[in-house]
Amino acid sequence: MEASANQHSEEHHDHPEWLAHHFETPQQQFEAGKFGIWIFLVTEVLFFSGLFCAYAYYRTHHPDLFQYAHHFLSTKMGAINTVVLISSSFTMATAVRMAQLENRKWLIINLALTFVGAVGFLVIKGFEYAHKFHEGLYWGKAYNPSDEALETIAHAANVPVDQLPDMHQFFSIYYCMTGLHGIHVVIGMAAILWVLVRAVKGEFNRHYFTAVDATGLYWHLVDLIWIFLFPLMYLIR
Amino acid sequence: METTITAPQEAPQEGSGKNYLNQTKGILSWMFTLDHKRIGVMYLVGVMISLLLGGMFALLVRLNLWSPEGLLFSNQTYNEFFTLHGAVMVFLFVIPGIPGALGNFILPLMLGAKDVAFPRINLMSFWLWAIGLVFFMAVLMTGRIDTGWTFYTPYSVTSQGSVLWATMGAFILGFSSIFTGLNFIVTVHRMRPKGMGWFNMPLFVWAIYATAIIQVMSTPVLGITLLLLFVERAAGLGIFDPALGGDPVMFEHFFWFYSHPAVYIMILPAMAVQSELMATFSRKKVFGYTLVAYSSIAIAAFGFLVWGHHMFVSGQSQWAGIVFSTLTFSISIPSAIKVFNWLSTMYKGSVHLDTPMYYALAFLWMFTIGGLTGMFLGTMGADIHLHDTYFVVAHFHYVMVGSIMFAFFGGLHYWWPKMFGVMYNELAGKVAAGFMFVGFNVTFFPQFVMGTRGMPRRYATYLPEFQTMHQVSTVGAFILGTGVAIAVITLIYSLINGRKAPQNPWGGSTMEWETATPPITTNFITTPKVKPIYDHSPLVYNEATGNWDRIEEA
Repeated sequence: MEASANQHSEEHHDHPEWLAHHFETPQQQFEAGKFGIWIFLVTEVLFFSGLFCAYAYYRTHHPDLFQYAHHFLSTKMGAINTVVLISSSFTMATAVRMAQLENRKWLIINLALTFVGAVGFLVIKGFEYAHKFHEGLYWGKAYNPSDEALETIAHAANVPVDQLPDMHQFFSIYYCMTGLHGIHVVIGMAAILWVLVRAVKGEFNRHYFTAVDATGLYWHLVDLIWIFLFPLMYLIR
Repeated sequence: METTITAPQEAPQEGSGKNYLNQTKGILSWMFTLDHKRIGVMYLVGVMISLLLGGMFALLVRLNLWSPEGLLFSNQTYNEFFTLHGAVMVFLFVIPGIPGALGNFILPLMLGAKDVAFPRINLMSFWLWAIGLVFFMAVLMTGRIDTGWTFYTPYSVTSQGSVLWATMGAFILGFSSIFTGLNFIVTVHRMRPKGMGWFNMPLFVWAIYATAIIQVMSTPVLGITLLLLFVERAAGLGIFDPALGGDPVMFEHFFWFYSHPAVYIMILPAMAVQSELMATFSRKKVFGYTLVAYSSIAIAAFGFLVWGHHMFVSGQSQWAGIVFSTLTFSISIPSAIKVFNWLSTMYKGSVHLDTPMYYALAFLWMFTIGGLTGMFLGTMGADIHLHDTYFVVAHFHYVMVGSIMFAFFGGLHYWWPKMFGVMYNELAGKVAAGFMFVGFNVTFFPQFVMGTRGMPRRYATYLPEFQTMHQVSTVGAFILGTGVAIAVITLIYSLINGRKAPQNPWGGSTMEWETATPPITTNFITTPKVKPIYDHSPLVYNEATGNWDRIEEA
């Protein structure tokens, strides 16, 4: 099929290798790609919207449960993770700019830094999860908090231990939202790695950097979702 | 790879004889093709297999209902078969049918484009669809499901059976649908030829575009719903399961937030086909073109706001019910605009009764019945009486089978010559359409009557007074099945023994008729000039070739 496209070389004589055969101009290809990734981001927002709805529903119906349960979460670790993700968004944005400027060295460095940020986020998140599991703070029917954990909460929330509600639904929603977000971080890491390999191969130039741009937009969305998750989960007052 | 594409579009009979079907050979050249036409053909094969599978389940269900005791199998098996019938038909045939098979093939041709915007994603859509099919096959092998295609909680959490496989399958099919929609939106925005404005696009493109918007904006919500259901069942979350403090009505809200727009994902492509058939076989521009175009978008927009009419008796607030009921009625406005404009298109047109037009006329009849009976169900008071009865079953089958399947077959007969370069037997095609029309109405009209008299849906057994009508319905189902079989055999036989098709056998005025039959791999040698939409005046029938030649003014 590529060969047949070459047949029409008189039609578009400067059809560069990176221009797919069904596009007339690089401009058309770029706009199609960019539009496509934006629509994809819309679907991602809607994908998460179900969870945000569930959150709103259960928080409205059981405000006490969220009041108390958020004390289980470590605001410090959440805050550090927020900083890590925002920084990685910054390096990602810089990477896109570097791709546009054809600065390959700094493109690679920035992509690598973004990747490191993603790893860092997951490591911190992993510590948080491990800590929860240790205290028996699981989702739904697996919820089985240790006495120490409950006492800490009762102290922090200033209520007697025996008046604490069953908080398993908070953890169901917490694990669903942060877990799905974590999966998105992993997908983002795969995308960054893919772009990184292509950058090392020198496949991008000032006319063709859609893949970097798209990965960047995706990464910003992953970041943005966390920016909503952090206050909704950790900063409840 | 062969590279000689020299056949001039104006004279497809001459030249090298290369087209998209024989450009490359071997099974791999199909499996990994990026050509939207081949992907369309693969979808066509896939959805036809699903249709026959789902149809077989339907016949088994109907046969079992021959007597109140159940003619064939136990009540449990009956529950499994109606569930599989619904799930296979909805997820594997009706939703991907017209967009996947006909849309993929025709939409880029109508835009004079070489391909959809993202051919690789298009291929991925197809393979995701195929994986979804495998999951449903797994359901069939591993104990089946008896939840109904809606997977309502809490039953779907406690039911024995392979709900996990089914939800995963539907989840994957959802992604297939999302990527198809994404592809079509970008294709319509970015791949139009120079000079083709929005109001120069065929109405097929408009309606598929509206479909794509719904696919992209509602399917992700189904995705997260099914994912939550999956985890709920696998690990016990307590979000939907009332035993753990969850709310099953929330599942219904989430589910219908997708699944009501999804009925417009199903019907809009049927309307897309209908507009094309009406224009071509009346040799006339669709009456009120602009309104028909806008009404597609209006249906897509309103479609998001009416999901609560599936839940009038679920315990949602009365005020919500009133709002949803009112909004439901507003949907009938764009739907009626379409029906009246299609009717008006025939007025003073030159109506040609070829096989596709048979299906189009049947569509008008049955969509009107299906649509109007929807008004009864959208009225809260009437719905209290009619909900969960055969009236609902008859209503949505008039839309999903009577309208969508008929439009699918109409479109298939219309574009068949373009897709495969052969003409089928007209008489056999018309006989099939007749069988289907009669069989369909005999099957489902009695169900309206049964429903108003209180026959509940999904029950494996019934009171003796309903037996006659159930038997009439079962006979009708077999007439319908015969019609489908005749149509399929006619089409397949044409592949072996069909007369060679001319470039434009019906006098269609849109761009897909300006390329060779079957099209070459890159669709067009040079992009055709954009002309006023649905202008049939330059098309003149050529007695010798059976082709509608385009007479260009110098």
